[in-house]
Amino acid sequence: MDVAGLTFLALLLPFLGAIVAPLLTRILGHKAAWVLALVPVAIFLHFAGFSAELARGEVVTGGYVWVPSFNVSFSWLIDGLSLTFILLISGIGALIVLYSGGYLKGHPHQGRFFSFLLMFMGSMLGLVASDSFLMLFVFWELTSITSFLLIGFDHQREAARRAALQALVVTGGGGLFLLAGLIILWNISGITQFSLLSAFGPQVKASPFYLAALVLVLGGAFTKSAQFPFHFWLPNAMEAPTPVSAYLHSATMVKAGVYLLMRLYPVLGGTPAWQVILPVFGAATLVIGALLAVRQTDLKLMLAYTTVSSLGLLVLLTGFGVPYAIEAAALYLVAHSLFKGALFMIAGIIDHETGMRDVTRLGGLRSAMPLTFAIAMAAAISMGGLPPFFGFLAKEEVYTALSAFDMRSITFAALAVAGNALMFAVAFAVALKPFIGKRIETPQAPHEAPVLLWLGPAVLALAGLAAAFLSGPVHSLISSPMASAIAGEARTVSISLEPHLGVPLILSALTVAVGVGFYLWLTRLRAVIAAVIAAIGWGPDRGFDQAMRGLVRLSATVTRRLQNGRLDTYMTATFALLAIVLIAAPFLYGELARAPVFPQDIPLHELAIMAIAAIGLVAVVLAKDRLTAIVSLGIQGFSVAVIFLIYGAPDLAFTQFMIETLAVVILALVMTRLRLSPSDHRPFRETLPDAAIAAACGLGATLFLLKVTEGPFNTALSDFFNQYSKTIAHGANVVNVIIVDFRGTDTLGEIAVVMIAALAILSLVRLRAGSLRHIADNDPDAEEASR
Amino acid sequence: MEPVFALLTGIFLTIAIYLLLSKSIIRMLLGVAILGNAVNLLIFTSGRIMREVPPVIGPGLDVPAGPVANPLPQALILTAIVISFSFFAFLLVLSWRAYSTLGTDNTDEMRVAEPEDATLPPLGY
Amino acid sequence: MRSLILRTVAPLIVGLMVLFSIFVLLRGHNEPGGGFIGGLIAVAALSIYGIAFGVETVRRAIVFHPLAIAGAGLLLSTLSGLLSMVFHVPFMTGLWVYPVILGEEVPLSSVMTFDIGVYLVVVGAVTSVALSLEERGED
Repeated sequence: MDVAGLTFLALLLPFLGAIVAPLLTRILGHKAAWVLALVPVAIFLHFAGFSAELARGEVVTGGYVWVPSFNVSFSWLIDGLSLTFILLISGIGALIVLYSGGYLKGHPHQGRFFSFLLMFMGSMLGLVASDSFLMLFVFWELTSITSFLLIGFDHQREAARRAALQALVVTGGGGLFLLAGLIILWNISGITQFSLLSAFGPQVKASPFYLAALVLVLGGAFTKSAQFPFHFWLPNAMEAPTPVSAYLHSATMVKAGVYLLMRLYPVLGGTPAWQVILPVFGAATLVIGALLAVRQTDLKLMLAYTTVSSLGLLVLLTGFGVPYAIEAAALYLVAHSLFKGALFMIAGIIDHETGMRDVTRLGGLRSAMPLTFAIAMAAAISMGGLPPFFGFLAKEEVYTALSAFDMRSITFAALAVAGNALMFAVAFAVALKPFIGKRIETPQAPHEAPVLLWLGPAVLALAGLAAAFLSGPVHSLISSPMASAIAGEARTVSISLEPHLGVPLILSALTVAVGVGFYLWLTRLRAVIAAVIAAIGWGPDRGFDQAMRGLVRLSATVTRRLQNGRLDTYMTATFALLAIVLIAAPFLYGELARAPVFPQDIPLHELAIMAIAAIGLVAVVLAKDRLTAIVSLGIQGFSVAVIFLIYGAPDLAFTQFMIETLAVVILALVMTRLRLSPSDHRPFRETLPDAAIAAACGLGATLFLLKVTEGPFNTALSDFFNQYSKTIAHGANVVNVIIVDFRGTDTLGEIAVVMIAALAILSLVRLRAGSLRHIADNDPDAEEASR
Repeated sequence: MEPVFALLTGIFLTIAIYLLLSKSIIRMLLGVAILGNAVNLLIFTSGRIMREVPPVIGPGLDVPAGPVANPLPQALILTAIVISFSFFAFLLVLSWRAYSTLGTDNTDEMRVAEPEDATLPPLGY
Repeated sequence: MRSLILRTVAPLIVGLMVLFSIFVLLRGHNEPGGGFIGGLIAVAALSIYGIAFGVETVRRAIVFHPLAIAGAGLLLSTLSGLLSMVFHVPFMTGLWVYPVILGEEVPLSSVMTFDIGVYLVVVGAVTSVALSLEERGED
């Protein structure tokens, strides 16, 4: 198989894994994790093979045509940006699969969980590998859907259901904004592929639709990446099992919005609007997220809010538009995925082993869980931006980008220092505080985690360490290609652990000093923030509830108005509309029929039979008892049959005779049992509107027919049937030949309908009266009980 | 001849719709039966009227000798008659069942599917 | 309706009507008639039989459940259409053979089997409706 085929297979592999996962788990139990982890490992190895090419500044594209008529293709683009994401997704994915093996060991639905997880992995891979707009959108929404499934995994709790729905509404709704934005970009440039789009940057920025496209794309990116004020769904998503929080809601999915901004940076970036909107929203998210993180006491929620905060920092950097900002974003994104994934898994281990997640009720765990403590510290040091970890390099690069001496840089540097200091405090509150101090009793006696649980965070923490020491190769293989891909031009990242005095280091030191202060005063700080939040009272999270309730109420009201449950209303509306269409349309379009010329030489018997039909009809309306009604119905039916016979349609006539006979018979059979009078009990006044509507419809139909029959008749079809009935289909009766030969497929469908109607009638006749009574009471339980 | 048929079709349709608009299921059933005939006549008329010459090709001929009635609407109507009969029979049994279960022939009182006092859908998650 | 006259005449009438229905079915391709009309005539015959002798007698007389007859008809019609697949021509293409039976050339075709299928569906479906309603009338 060639490289393109293998790449396609690699993108498909997680979905194949998702299919076999439940079966595999049923056979192997939680040990299936070891087998399933091979899926992301294989993907990791396949794509890692591209890194040498990318380091030389090349990009890899490939794909297959999907819908050629709409210029839609299934095509992928592997450059520094997507490769970094793919390696993070598959690498952390492998560790998460193993971790889930230990975390959900013995869970009755572990197989289902693996299946969802792999499906998400495939969607996320497809998202970052997409070259075509539509493919990106499809995978974008697929990540929202798989995230919905994973957050709601524990679907018996209402909180989980709410969080899942909230995430789906916010991120899926944002996806619609994104789609609109991409369509505008397509309209401006005529291009549907990212790899070709960057050349159109100047054209897009000059377009009058630029701002609309930007706002729509940002709507997608900000909801997905939980930017303020759309941040609220991310902490709620912590209802998901911890592997999901570590994987989707810190390392990968929430970065999809940032990925999108980075992907579109060469096209949309660099304009004043871009450089105002992104930093402002990013900084707001950074600070608010960090403050809310301090407010929490639940380990996972603290980490969730710092994730919001970090995403804000990434958006800020992507939009800042100064040298080193893009490089800093690239480095920080990788570093964050490593340390935050590890810290979430640590939080999961603490929860799993002690049964407690509240940081104020944890302490002194270091003797029972020394290994976990070591890993936690490694990750927290990286998150705090201390050497010798990769987080330090990222933090230095961030401050390098913000260290200019102008108002804008100083303002944002101050905000970044504040946010980072708060995050520093939270990092150590999560990773240090539970392990030191006096031992506090927990619901379960703590003991060291099994290998499946600690392997993932350990590898991630060590990766943070190794990446810092091997910064040269890491930069040349990962950071530089990624920064170049984002910027759309060659960039080189060179930062290393070597000491480099200057403004960035001073800012770093300041951050650490303030952070330590925050850590020591954390309890008091928490109380202050809690008081402020209580004073504000209302937040987007409650707003979401109100919006959803409002939606339900609105749709209930509209439904009740439009569907009031009275058949009478529906019928009246239908036929009133029919009357309006039939009468108004010819007037409006000047298609009124000419005054008809009635033939003078109609034989008496023909007029008589029509008169009999009319009399039959009137008799049906006026009938006072059942027999009269049935007989009158028969009279009009038989009159129609005679009319058919006179006007050259013997087949119709015979069929109509038989049908009318049978109709009268079964009508009589049923009506003898109904014991109902067929006459109208309503007073004359109430039937008047009905009569008007009916008369209007009848008049309209007459006008319509007069107009239709006025013009010449197109005999093409009839001539065809007459000409070929005998010569091709060997039948002299043209009508029958049409039914069984020329239009045989139609007839096949029609006899199937007759058959189905008979089945339905038979089942209605045979229904036990008891079961019907329950339906009448509209009581599903009673129906259940009667079985 | 078509104007006469147009008028006749109009009468059929008027009666059918008038019966359908009443609230009694028996009358609505009668209306359905008549509506079938009304629509069949409509199709028949649009295909133009031709007296007494069925579209049958005489023995020894390959095409009809002289003009014949239009076979196409006849083929359409033939199947329509059978289908509308099945439909009518189904409605008949359905209303019989509805009457014997709900004890009313007034459609205004048949509110099982959409009850009058419908409560709000659940507002939780 | 247990009228003596009806019960005396019914077997004769019903036999003739069923025979006539098959005649109408088979001549349908060249004269007015066909599967729909033939089927309805047969239904009328069976209904008369049911009125004269009761539904149980009819059910015994036609051996199979009416819906089974209808199902068989639908199957036959579908197979008549699918037969064209064997000859690599589009679905529902009419196929004709002219075997000589007893010295007479008899035209047989997939169109005819299709029409027989229509006949069976109409007989089966409408009979099942009529019989089940008559049955309810008795109790």
